[in-house]
Amino acid sequence: MKDRLIVSGSPHIYTRESVSRIMWTVVVSLIPAGIAGVIIFGWDALWITLAAVGAAVSTELIFELAAGKKITVLDGSAVITGILLAFNLPAGVPLWLPVIGAVVSMVVGKLLFGGLGQNIFNPALVGRVFLMASWPKYMTTFTRPFCDTVASATPLAALKEGKVLEHIPYWDLFIGNHGGCIGEVCILALLIGAAILFIKGYISWQIPVTYIVTTGLFMYVFGGNGFFKGDWLFHILSGGLILGAFFMATDYVATPLTAKGQIIFGVGCGVLTAVIRIWGGYPEGVSYAILMMNAATPFIDRYTKNRIYGSK
Amino acid sequence: MVKLTENKHYSENKPTRSMPLPPKVYLSLIQHLGKICVPEVKVGDKVSCGQKIASLPSGVYSPIHASISGTVEAIQDCPHPVLGRAKAVVIRGEGETDTDFSRFIRKESDSLTAQELRDIILEAGIVGMGGASFPTHIKLNPPKPIGTLIINGAECEPYLTADARLMVEKSREIAAGISLITGCLGIKEVCIGIERNKPEAIEAFSGMPGIKVKVLPSDYPQGGEKQLIRNIMGRDLPRGKYPFDIGVLVQNVSTIFAIYEAVYKGKPLFERIVTVTGSCVKEPVNLLVRVGTPVRDLIKFCGLKEEPAKIIIGGPMMGIAQYTDDVPLIKSSNGLLLMNEKEAAAFEEDPCIRCAACVRGCPVGLMPCQLNLASERSFWGMTKDMGVMDCIECGVCNYVCPSHRRLLQTIKRAKLEVRK
Repeated sequence: MKDRLIVSGSPHIYTRESVSRIMWTVVVSLIPAGIAGVIIFGWDALWITLAAVGAAVSTELIFELAAGKKITVLDGSAVITGILLAFNLPAGVPLWLPVIGAVVSMVVGKLLFGGLGQNIFNPALVGRVFLMASWPKYMTTFTRPFCDTVASATPLAALKEGKVLEHIPYWDLFIGNHGGCIGEVCILALLIGAAILFIKGYISWQIPVTYIVTTGLFMYVFGGNGFFKGDWLFHILSGGLILGAFFMATDYVATPLTAKGQIIFGVGCGVLTAVIRIWGGYPEGVSYAILMMNAATPFIDRYTKNRIYGSK
Repeated sequence: MVKLTENKHYSENKPTRSMPLPPKVYLSLIQHLGKICVPEVKVGDKVSCGQKIASLPSGVYSPIHASISGTVEAIQDCPHPVLGRAKAVVIRGEGETDTDFSRFIRKESDSLTAQELRDIILEAGIVGMGGASFPTHIKLNPPKPIGTLIINGAECEPYLTADARLMVEKSREIAAGISLITGCLGIKEVCIGIERNKPEAIEAFSGMPGIKVKVLPSDYPQGGEKQLIRNIMGRDLPRGKYPFDIGVLVQNVSTIFAIYEAVYKGKPLFERIVTVTGSCVKEPVNLLVRVGTPVRDLIKFCGLKEEPAKIIIGGPMMGIAQYTDDVPLIKSSNGLLLMNEKEAAAFEEDPCIRCAACVRGCPVGLMPCQLNLASERSFWGMTKDMGVMDCIECGVCNYVCPSHRRLLQTIKRAKLEVRK
């Protein structure tokens, strides 16, 4: 018999899941949308994504080396932040833009809070709103699908400006044949990725479903000329709602813990998104809606604790 | 509740075998929840199997019996599977043991009163054999009338199959033990809860008059008292209350069998079925073993495929890792699990990513990740407000955590601090 037996507290078996396994699966689930982005907007989409990922990973690495902390770049979470940031950018931006965005995302959004698990906002969205506020011109100049360098408005922006644009078929919205950000346009690809996360059990229905349904419902009621005349399907399929609902509003760290809290979070995101789209100054409200609800998460957590067994 | 890899295939279809008598047994003077017993024998005394060797005049205790015939060699500190170390009576055996206790059998069981039944159980040294080892004679003296007897045949711990085998092999004896309790305590309703993964046991109890079989999903911790009450009665045990407060008595199948043997065979509790299992074991078995047998004798009997790196008494979720293979079994030891180096490897902790797997998994509705953070910062008052004392220490939170955080360890610490 070994003289030195391993002794530890119970339990003695563990799940095979790990943080890096979850994170890398999320990376894989984002690949379909990335491929769609490259097909629709050309190779620029790929270079922007790689620039953002590279910048995010190097920022984390340098920060951790400088701070003498454990190197965590291989856990995949910095990669996700880079990808999500890039997916929220138009394909025509210069390459330094995603780099600056990723640095801000990582430093302000994540590392200054203490790294993985400590951030209160979704890091990618922090980077995005920073870029939005600093270089609005680049951030709102979209390329037309399948042909380089021609500027085009997103369907939501056109709507905001009161233009009566030619009706975009829902099918084109669904497959991404319209102006928009790299990773948000192809709903089909996003749903494939979301399905991976559902099957693996990494995300639950509460946030995405309540988010999308609330936005659709709100737009249906208030989004048209008169009540109950809004084009809810158009609003669900355009802009960053699907990307946001499945991949950013579900970010574990900055969302509530219980199912009840997650439903409140999803409904809140939906209402805020719709309010910004209808009455706000921006054509799109997904980023701000999620960030605002991120800020409300500790509050939601406090009031949505699970019922303890045997309590009234 | 959570689905676990059950790993019961090692031993679930193996009929119980008796282990040859060990050369020596180490009978701890405390094998129950309560006060430590005082030895009633001296070094050098001859004892016979089943003889009472330690007891107390009163209080919460359960007497200890010699599990082999022989000579008392020493009364000394020995390893203890739960407490680390405790005083024990060491008996050196003298070959085969006389296990005929027919001379002790009392009168017809039909005329037993509740008090007589409790006396027999006390004299036989019976404790809850599912793990908590609370003295059974006290549990059978509830301050309130009992309407429902719930028999715990869930055996939700992975690997363990001792209760499952007992239910298949001794179903009639268990039924007789149940009638003893219901008769003496005037209980109307009996329900046995068995997990779906034990079809043979379910089959064995189906159709028995007066016993309702409740087939439970194979989720951990299905065999926890609170979970059994919820899933069988359809209601929760209110916080801070005992089962008898809502007219319920929960007993493990092994305990029921021990009661049967005490009443009908006159046999005190000195042996039990132990599942010896794990990837290191050459021949995993369900073994009828004398209480006090050291673990190394069991390992020798079953043979090794590889050197174990971790020895666990109990199951992998709530069992206790041992420092040495000298440690003897006690009355509540239902399993011996040997893990190899790879299985026993510890993980490094990552930060909590708030994935809420522990929140979804917690069978009592706590927020383990928040308790963990509060405990790490020594915010004991906060952990109390968050319900830390309701934790049943099942280990689900720790199991599901992708960051491999020591959730249960910190929660147990908080419970200790709150109790102070």
